[in-house]
Amino acid sequence: MQLTLLISLLMTFFTGTSTGGYKPGDVAVDFKLKNVDGKMVSLSDFKSAKGYIVIFTCNHCPYAKMYEDRIIALQDKYGKAGFPVIAINPNDPAAEPDDSFDMMKKRAKEKGFKFPYLFDDGQKIFPVYGATRTPHVFLLDKNRVVKYIGAIDDNPQDAAAVKSKYLEDAISAIQQGKDIIPNVTKALGCSIKVKKA
Amino acid sequence: MRLFNALVILFLSFQLVFAQRESHIKVYDEFDAFAREILNAPSDSLTVINFWATWCKPCVKELPYFQKLHLSHPEIRVIMVSLDKKSDADGRLTDFLVKHGYTFSTLLLADSRATEWIDKVNPEWSGAIPATLVKRRDGFDFYEQDFESYEQLSHTLGL
Repeated sequence: MQLTLLISLLMTFFTGTSTGGYKPGDVAVDFKLKNVDGKMVSLSDFKSAKGYIVIFTCNHCPYAKMYEDRIIALQDKYGKAGFPVIAINPNDPAAEPDDSFDMMKKRAKEKGFKFPYLFDDGQKIFPVYGATRTPHVFLLDKNRVVKYIGAIDDNPQDAAAVKSKYLEDAISAIQQGKDIIPNVTKALGCSIKVKKA
Repeated sequence: MRLFNALVILFLSFQLVFAQRESHIKVYDEFDAFAREILNAPSDSLTVINFWATWCKPCVKELPYFQKLHLSHPEIRVIMVSLDKKSDADGRLTDFLVKHGYTFSTLLLADSRATEWIDKVNPEWSGAIPATLVKRRDGFDFYEQDFESYEQLSHTLGL
């Protein structure tokens, strides 16, 4: 019994922390995930992209909801500039029914998402990236090199009170060929929901 | 001497009123005040600080284990830090605690600058909740995970 506990504890550690995830400078893996329109989407589909705003986010999490309109605004602002938003729901619907594929389709329609909202079916991609929460941003350059990891900005509750737009600053830095400071930030978020064995 | 007694009684009755007031959930607008009074306050006893919110399902699921810990081990300080909205302190959060009969110590941390304070709680924390910080006399242990049973929690604490 104690051994089982220890093993489950260790498992939680390895899956729950970002030890296996990317750091700035790593090359991120491409993926092929199902979009809410039923089509499969990969980063390589965006032929003229100068970078990719990969955001692990979901329906149910209040922090994800607080950022929903800001994510829509990011696509409006940066999609044209060659930095498409690619949203990925990493949660297992068995653990969080609000994040089922059907509920994703519903939400994308309600809010009129103009970016892919992909389902990490089987939860294979988020652990490779090292996402631990929603929302969790990974900004990649055109070669899929990870340039920035973390928060969109410094105030989930109040968009009007934001002082540092970390993600937008990071995109500007890429556009201007400058160093990104900071290139990792933290934020409160909902843990990624994994079905318990 | 009678004056002294009267003063003592006056003092005690103030304390009583004050203690009743304290049943309201204390809201920390500034992380630094929370750090000073709770997180980094010196204590000889084992302190367990859990970060949660009423809307967070895995957090809510593990609350009974912390309540049991609080009741079974009065020598341990169990401090539950709610990250609910500030406006929920006297409404939703209090209602929730009353409804479930939770008597552990609860406060609400309302400092929205989490990007700045997450590392100050613990550098290992990515920011996902639930998360639990265990403060021992000789240092900290940090768990960015939920506990699946009281046994797992107490085992982790070495009880």
